[in-house]
Amino acid sequence: MKSPRQSPEERILGLIERTSTTLPDDVLAALGRAARREGRASRARVVLDTILENVRIASAQGTPLCQDTGTLSFYVSSSLRRKVSPQTIAKAVARATERGLLRQNTIDSVTGRSVASNVCHGAPVVHYVDDWENAVSLLMKGGGSENMSVQFSLPDAALGAGRDMEGVRRCLLAAVHKAQGFGCAPGILGVCVGGDRASAFAEAKRQLFRRLDDENAVPELAKLEKRVLREANSLGIGPMGLGGKTTLLGVKIGALPRVPASFFVTVAYLCWAARRGRIVFR
Amino acid sequence: MKNLVWPFTEKDVRALRAGDAVLVSGPVRTGRDRFHKYFADGGRLPFSLKDGALYHCGPVVVKDARGEWRVVAAGPTTSVRENPYEPALIEKCGVRLVIGKGGMDSATLEACAKCGCVYLQAVGGAAAVAAKSVKRVRSVAFLEEFGAAEAAWEFEMEDFPAVVAMDTHGVSLFEETARVSAARLAAIC
Repeated sequence: MKSPRQSPEERILGLIERTSTTLPDDVLAALGRAARREGRASRARVVLDTILENVRIASAQGTPLCQDTGTLSFYVSSSLRRKVSPQTIAKAVARATERGLLRQNTIDSVTGRSVASNVCHGAPVVHYVDDWENAVSLLMKGGGSENMSVQFSLPDAALGAGRDMEGVRRCLLAAVHKAQGFGCAPGILGVCVGGDRASAFAEAKRQLFRRLDDENAVPELAKLEKRVLREANSLGIGPMGLGGKTTLLGVKIGALPRVPASFFVTVAYLCWAARRGRIVFR
Repeated sequence: MKNLVWPFTEKDVRALRAGDAVLVSGPVRTGRDRFHKYFADGGRLPFSLKDGALYHCGPVVVKDARGEWRVVAAGPTTSVRENPYEPALIEKCGVRLVIGKGGMDSATLEACAKCGCVYLQAVGGAAAVAAKSVKRVRSVAFLEEFGAAEAAWEFEMEDFPAVVAMDTHGVSLFEETARVSAARLAAIC
């Protein structure tokens, strides 16, 4: 799979292609389990079977899983700063757009004009992160799911949510209920408890890189993840909001310190087309 | 599975019930955020939607080597954003099928009952399945102004699978799910 002769730009193009056209194995397995839980002729089963068929077709053809190829967020090890520059990534994004691996998905917010190459100031999003893993990670997150992301400030009287883990639980279930099928359920919640308004959304999004089958190292959060997953799936919202047993595929919760005055609970909702990818440079 | 073939008549549409699985064949016009706002602001449409299908979709389209449009991915986008505009569009343009995902509000449901229109839910994210149903691009409007993702593409579609989620009899599958899930949420919080 890895060819040492490929340039960094080619490697990034390959990462975009694989991320846009295939699903991570843990997500695919979770969708398969969800389908088997539903009755043969049920609406939920039809939706999930269509999703699984879609993944097969897209992977086989090498075409995007979803037409909303989303916001592209790259996380690059700072050790790769020179090899994988923002310009390198931008070139790969423009080429991927030409090839139809990405939709012309970037709009100038002031003029309303479409940016045909998907490359301009602020797009794609590139973060250099302080690690020595020589890795580039990519999250492609569609707008429908991003619109369902939300931030709560505790206490929240309407939810009966105070500044404790029970309050967090209430926020998360409220977010899932509000999202119904709009964010393309069954989805995945990336959550941050604490932080400030900006750092919390960044951390919530980073949680979405965790595998569905991993275990949270913080026992309180591990317990809350399992409970919210179970309870969210009892709401009956189901795939695409047409009813069913699986509303969420996973809940991933991280925490950041906060100041005494603030207690934010931040939710990044990700659709079933959970397109995350990663490559490692030697 | 019921086959819906263009032109979509009022009689056909009124015979549908929420929950019916359908296959749509014929010309289908995409229109999403920019298109709806343009119409609401009094913009003129260079095509007819009478007895037609309007699809909330922003596709991935590329030009092939022969210079012809090829649809690579074409799943539905979230429909709620068009709630403020859809009833007038259904009424004035004679749309019979609105296709999208996530459902629409009670005003749209009323317009469906009044004018003879149904809302069909396609599977969100299932862009490759939807693209397979697009046989060719018949035409495109507003490509320059709105960009490829927001342009009004006219697809020739064959056997596009969807579910009737809002019918002409005032039934919405989404209202049902919202009601059931709200009751369950109240029980555990």
